[in-house]
Amino acid sequence: MSNFKILMNGIIRENPTFVLLLGMCPTLGTTSSALNGMSMGLATMFVLICSNIVISALKNLIPDMVRIPAYIVVIATFVTVVQMCMEAFIPALYASLGLFIPLIVVNCIVLGRAEAFAAKNGIIPSAFDGLGIGLGFTMALTLLGAIREMLGTGKFFGFSFMPEEYGSLIFVLAPGAFIALGYLIAIVNKLRKA
Amino acid sequence: MLLSLTIICLVAGAILAGVNMYTLEPIAASKAAALQNAIQQVVLEFDNNPTEQAYKAVTSEGDSLIIYPATKNGKFVGAAVESNTKKGFGGEIKVIVGFDPEGKLLNYSVLQHTETPGLGSKMQEWFRTDKNKQSIIGRSMTNGNLSVTKDGGDVDAITAATISSRAFLDAVNRAYSAYKGGADGTSGATSKTQTEEGGEK
Repeated sequence: MSNFKILMNGIIRENPTFVLLLGMCPTLGTTSSALNGMSMGLATMFVLICSNIVISALKNLIPDMVRIPAYIVVIATFVTVVQMCMEAFIPALYASLGLFIPLIVVNCIVLGRAEAFAAKNGIIPSAFDGLGIGLGFTMALTLLGAIREMLGTGKFFGFSFMPEEYGSLIFVLAPGAFIALGYLIAIVNKLRKA
Repeated sequence: MLLSLTIICLVAGAILAGVNMYTLEPIAASKAAALQNAIQQVVLEFDNNPTEQAYKAVTSEGDSLIIYPATKNGKFVGAAVESNTKKGFGGEIKVIVGFDPEGKLLNYSVLQHTETPGLGSKMQEWFRTDKNKQSIIGRSMTNGNLSVTKDGGDVDAITAATISSRAFLDAVNRAYSAYKGGADGTSGATSKTQTEEGGEK
């Protein structure tokens, strides 16, 4: 499988949110606006690429019996690095996403890709797999965030295009996340079949 | 098996220690800048360094809040009080409120909250909007605590977020009670303990 195919695989055929339905907690929790969704996606993408590279490099050194703890340590390290850097350099974003960043550790996409792809493939394909899955996740979260933000507050990436009073608040709240995600998955399924 | 896991953990620990060292200063700086900004927002012009002269004052409920006194040319022009309440709809609300020496509310800023987006989260704007009885800016706190109209007070609560509004006003009232206790050193009931520099978050 060429690297390009691996990349597109993560974005479309095995899109973590719309097709694999993995990582639903951050998907529903952080997409109250397009910017939040995109930032969460990018943070997860960074962790995915780094952990995929490191795990595929170490795959022959890690005995099978302790591979899960070893993977978790690697993933948690990168997540903590992201968290510290975000708090130091973009505190405003950290304030709105802070709670969800440590949860990337238990995001099943990251561990899932480590186990299913990085542990069986070389470093370069693993990096592309991390990039592809990460981009797929980022795009899905940005799309969901944008839809919720537009319907809920009448803004797009913070820019107002209609008075806030016309927005329906439910889309900013938790139920709106489920509704919007459900319709998005239905649309994606329809497109995939066509 | 044991060896490889140990090595991985050691390397991970070393990386984290390095990143921590590298980001410690920017984190502290950005926190201090945020606090300084908030203080500047809520009190009149000052020329001292309120964070260095911060002290703790006891509220009427017995716990203590941090007060940042502002002076200009040595004259006391008011203070910013970092207040909190646990009565919020979604958890703790942290606000910073500025008062002038006469007990008039100058301004406020919400530092941290977990209220419902689109409802309770409007408090940063709501209570400064000059519409009906929404605004609390410029109100004198000497006439007693602020409360929402539903509770017989004269502040309009945020539409559909009365609990958040109550909690917010509770934080403001607590701030004033600490300020009143701490600012006029005449009442012997309060203790003026100097906080260590940067000791409190």
